[in-house]
Amino acid sequence: MPKKSMTLITGFVSLVALMSFALKNEADFTKGTIHSAKKDSIESVKAFKDVYKVLMSPRCMNCHPAGDTPLQGDDSHPHSMLPQRGKDGKGIYTMKCANCHQATNLAGLNMPPGHPDWHLPPADMKMVFEGKTPQELAKQLVNPNTNGNKTLKQLLEHADDGLVKAGWNPGEGRTLPPISHAAFKKAWITWIENGAFAPSK
Amino acid sequence: MISLTINNKPYQLDIDPNTPLLWVLRDHLDLVGTKFGCGLAQCGACTVHLNGEAIRSCVTKVSRAEGQKVVTIEGLSDTGEHPVQKAWLELDVAQCGYCQTGQIMSAAVLLNQNKNPTDKDIDAAMSGNICRCGTYLRIREAIHLAAEIQQKNG
Ligand code: FES
Ligand code: FES
Repeated sequence: MPKKSMTLITGFVSLVALMSFALKNEADFTKGTIHSAKKDSIESVKAFKDVYKVLMSPRCMNCHPAGDTPLQGDDSHPHSMLPQRGKDGKGIYTMKCANCHQATNLAGLNMPPGHPDWHLPPADMKMVFEGKTPQELAKQLVNPNTNGNKTLKQLLEHADDGLVKAGWNPGEGRTLPPISHAAFKKAWITWIENGAFAPSK
Repeated sequence: MISLTINNKPYQLDIDPNTPLLWVLRDHLDLVGTKFGCGLAQCGACTVHLNGEAIRSCVTKVSRAEGQKVVTIEGLSDTGEHPVQKAWLELDVAQCGYCQTGQIMSAAVLLNQNKNPTDKDIDAAMSGNICRCGTYLRIREAIHLAAEIQQKNG
């Protein structure tokens, strides 16, 4: 084979190899790792520690239960009256979230907290936090098949979602997440922008 | 001024928009069939229909009901012949009766959304309506009977 075509073929093969590498990296997002420009697994995993602490606090976890009944209170007991998730996460029949949970918090100790869009994750995308290890939760959060079909951009924006922020305005008688919303948002962004690495356990 | 439609009747009320709907019904409109049990969304005695959903009027500000359709026990049926009411009478469900308005209003929503509920559906739907007298088993039976009556009525 003439030398020139050999070079061409080699060039083509490496181009294909490069392309598949790029594709593989993109596909890796669905497996739980984002390869962004500034990869820093140590920084990323360190930031996730704070993210995990918040997500596993009762204010977040209570509405991300392993079963189909939300949890309640600082001890995360099953919600009184055992309301059910329902298909859309908004309850069933007479037991819809919005029948008691209003658009805003109600005054008084342990009164139903409120938000216009109060709900659990839907039945086809339960996004369970309860019982998850840091590694399991990190992988679940970056995988669009388990994170509510969120892209990287939507995931970043999710720190400012209304229901997420409601965790820091829980109403009387409920403790706040362990760090401020600003600190959480910073950790969330740091975790994602440094590659959204999952901890080893 | 707040405009309300309750049991298909229009009302204009000069009232604080933060007033709980239950207070408006009982104290301002004299619709006292709806009961106060806890005031904390914990018992279901105050259940009324807001656009067909079984909301708890003790924790619902009247402003949420503005321009919406509210039905109370007084308006469930003009003649008292709603299938749930018929079944309740037939099986003598009530004991002291205090919780029964809420039970009936909840049962009516369940049967509207599920024409033939199983025991499991009934338990899941009625678990937020508490009865101090423990009439739960009769309630369950009466909901099955009401479903039959509803089906016969077509
Ligand atoms: S009085 Fe409203 S739920 Fe008890
Ligand atoms: S009949 Fe007495 S509380 Fe239910």
